[in-house]
Amino acid sequence: MLPFIAKRLVRLVATLLAVSFLTFLLVNLLPGDAINALIPIDAQQDREFVEQVREEWGLNDPMIVRYGRWLGDAVQGNFGDSIVTSRTVSSEITHRLPVTAELMIVTVLFSVMLAIPLGVMAAYREGSRVDQVISGMAQLFLSIPGFVAGLLMIYIFAMKLGWLPATGWNRFSNGLLDNLKTVILPALSLALIEIAVYTRVVRSDVMNTLQENYVLSARAKGLGNRYILFRHCLRPSSLTLITVVGLNIGTLLGGTVVVEFLFAMPGLGKRLLDAIFQRDFMMVQGITVLIATIYVLVNTAVDLIYMVVDPRIRKAD
Amino acid sequence: MAAGTGSRMSFFTRICAGWLIVIVLGAIFADLIPGLKDPNYQGFLFGDGATNERPSWNHLMGTDNNSRDILARIVYGARVSLVVSMTAVVMGSVFGGFFGALVGFVRGKTDATIMAAVDVILAFPGLVLLLTVVTLLGRRDLMVIAAVVGFLSIPPYTRVARATALAVSRREFVMAARAIGTRKRTILFREIIPNCLPTLMAFALVNAAVIILLEGALAFLGLSVEPPTASWGNMVNAARVDLTINVWPAIWPSLALVFTVYSLNNVGDHLRRSKAVRSAAL
Amino acid sequence: MTDSMQTDSVDPGRTLLAVDDLRTTFSIPAGDVKAVRGVSFSLDRGRTLGIVGESGSGKTVLARSIMRLNIGSNVTTTGTATFAGRDVLSLSMSEMQEQWGMEMAMVFQDPVTSLNPLVRVGRQVTEHLRSHLGVSRAEAHKTAVSLLNEVRIPEPEARLKAFPHELSGGMRQRICIAIALACEPTLLFADEPTTALDVTVQHQILNLLGREQRDRDMAMVLVTHDLGVVAGRTDDTLVMYAGKVVEQSPTTSLFASMRHPYSEALLRSLPRTSHASHTRLAAITGRPPDLIDPPSGCAFSPRCPYVQDRCRDEVPPLTTGGSGDDPDHAFACFTPVGSPEGAEAFARNVSDGLPQAVAVDLPTGDQMSAPLPTGNERIV
Repeated sequence: MLPFIAKRLVRLVATLLAVSFLTFLLVNLLPGDAINALIPIDAQQDREFVEQVREEWGLNDPMIVRYGRWLGDAVQGNFGDSIVTSRTVSSEITHRLPVTAELMIVTVLFSVMLAIPLGVMAAYREGSRVDQVISGMAQLFLSIPGFVAGLLMIYIFAMKLGWLPATGWNRFSNGLLDNLKTVILPALSLALIEIAVYTRVVRSDVMNTLQENYVLSARAKGLGNRYILFRHCLRPSSLTLITVVGLNIGTLLGGTVVVEFLFAMPGLGKRLLDAIFQRDFMMVQGITVLIATIYVLVNTAVDLIYMVVDPRIRKAD
Repeated sequence: MAAGTGSRMSFFTRICAGWLIVIVLGAIFADLIPGLKDPNYQGFLFGDGATNERPSWNHLMGTDNNSRDILARIVYGARVSLVVSMTAVVMGSVFGGFFGALVGFVRGKTDATIMAAVDVILAFPGLVLLLTVVTLLGRRDLMVIAAVVGFLSIPPYTRVARATALAVSRREFVMAARAIGTRKRTILFREIIPNCLPTLMAFALVNAAVIILLEGALAFLGLSVEPPTASWGNMVNAARVDLTINVWPAIWPSLALVFTVYSLNNVGDHLRRSKAVRSAAL
Repeated sequence: MTDSMQTDSVDPGRTLLAVDDLRTTFSIPAGDVKAVRGVSFSLDRGRTLGIVGESGSGKTVLARSIMRLNIGSNVTTTGTATFAGRDVLSLSMSEMQEQWGMEMAMVFQDPVTSLNPLVRVGRQVTEHLRSHLGVSRAEAHKTAVSLLNEVRIPEPEARLKAFPHELSGGMRQRICIAIALACEPTLLFADEPTTALDVTVQHQILNLLGREQRDRDMAMVLVTHDLGVVAGRTDDTLVMYAGKVVEQSPTTSLFASMRHPYSEALLRSLPRTSHASHTRLAAITGRPPDLIDPPSGCAFSPRCPYVQDRCRDEVPPLTTGGSGDDPDHAFACFTPVGSPEGAEAFARNVSDGLPQAVAVDLPTGDQMSAPLPTGNERIV
């Protein structure tokens, strides 16, 4: 087990290095020289001043040198300063990460809690009316992008019914209820696709598990259907579900950008968009690397969870 | 189509397939559709119609907040979805399919190198990488967007093709071909690639749906094709501001998008099911 | 065993299970698979019954039909199976659930797949104890330890904490037996309990089952494809072919004189210690019958070395032999083994060159005089 973890960690570090370098490469190829963001165009007549600023920001060094410098700072938690707001990137990230994290956690928890019973029910009654309704709904949800769902919900729940705010964000510290009010609609918009994906996974997995001999022997022991479904079938299915949740974090992270934009939430995604429009390359770099890091970390964590849940793998390594 | 797949399409799946055909034909021959308005004609500038008009005989779906005909914009907007998703499918399956089949068959160092690169690119959430690259390129006409999306589609196809090629390489007929000394290149083109195609095609249908959603999101953020070119995503975004005044300019393109993606998934599921039956029969 | 037995010699209060004209059919796209086609038998408390037949003979489906474990909307079972005075085939699923584990239990063929790989052995041994009897966790644990001791598993405490894959095949089957015995059922079905195990372990498992059956005075149905397994281990034996009973008898009298050609063929296919080690084993020629469209007449007729024209048209009834025979020994054959009709039919078939008759005739030529094992002889 330990060599397995060690191998995973080495791969993790290698991937993160490659990811950060690729991001650096991309961001530094951004058209519109960063100098435009630093100095207003009309002030750029002063060549000497421009040169001085370039030197100050290290824009004259070769890219690999700048990457090395950035990486050296990054591992110490310093992702540089925002060119636009001149606050540090890391302070902006720590300020905004909780918003995105809460949105994602609420979305995943809500989706999993709904998808498990739906998927199990559909699998148990395979081919029945219940299954047809659940599977049909999953297929429909799979086709509704977050921005369409979000807009529809804003229209219905905020504009027509006036139950919830259309946009904005109340921090957790402002009270749980106010916080929840602002997270419900964005989370629901993101949840549709997640629910659909998870429900389909749970359904097909439980359907396979129901064919297993140990399910038959559990029946022959006189265990109740619900007990068999949730205590015997769901555990193997949960392995697949965990993997899919991990892989789907990528889509979800992309989704948060859109939903944070739509609901004007002060999260990482919204900040990334703003930074892209402002050519704030330090910020773009910091956030993109962070998002990719989250994605890679989650999937490494999934691998590790796998070992905890499936004793056979634990044994094998 | 139903006859070709060997298993019966349900009525609903037929409707979905029909819708896809309508969308594709409409997008290709948009200029030839009689009575279809100019998608960029702003009637109110010429005293001809108003903004946010309700549906009428003149404008079947009404007009948007620039008094442009929504139906025309949806038909032309389909072009963006179509071109982007088709480019992704073609580039993905040609390049990704080839690289994947190649490295899955020959293994070794090439495999390790290419898959490492694929892993790094796939370590980025799709939309985030797309956002950054599209912004980087500055110009945002349809060809640029399609090329970027197409290029970023190569890694996932590579991964799928490689996994399939690995499985195919272990099949008896490949072993047999190797045993009688067939050249590797011949095996790759005659045995491996043809046997990867069905899986790739099934993946392509699902992927086309994903790409349409991705382009929609990008357009909604204002980062796909530049206005005034219509795309379903930027139509929804434009209509967002006037949601209180008129919700229809947001509803129509949303419906078009949702139903197209739904149809792709539905037909894709159907094909996969009928293929499952066929491979079980073999 | 037979109907006459039930009325004459058996105290009805002792009868635990009486199956009458049980039929099970699976509807699949290709047609209706008639897996069990009218089986009747009865089993007394504390007695053992062997059900023997090759794969596809319907023996497993029969056992699962009685336990109502054939799931799916495409299965229909008719007839009656009266268990402890109640027809289980008419019970609701929730009533059935109270029977499972408590009254009837089953040990399955493959211990590797019949234990959940992701659940510790302890929970799998105790979960139904707790749900059926409502015992506390500690009590269930105590029972589990004593059960594991009983099935001869060393270090039961440690084993209960293990996952199934950490145990050997034989050990896992012992666990399955412990699970089946946990709630002290009155009837145990053992469905090919040793087929998936090493030969060396098979005997231990069979002996374990036999001992538990005697100690607990529990009735047991031992389903197997191997005649050698029932020899000396069961009170009665039922030989099945194509979903029907072809021979039904007290085990000792079955081995003393096999009457049905199929039983004889099954026995012939067993390796025997009384023969030289290089003796060829006789395979049964032909293929198992098509259960969607079974052969007309006797289902075994296409493969039978004794076959006569009559066998192809008429279904032989299950009847007892002549006056000298055990009155409880019934068989369904017009030309039974060891009868003058049988010998005559066989000789005719050999001279006609009927392949299945010639195949039997060739290797030893002594099929009529070969010393068939008695029920008490050890086979293999």
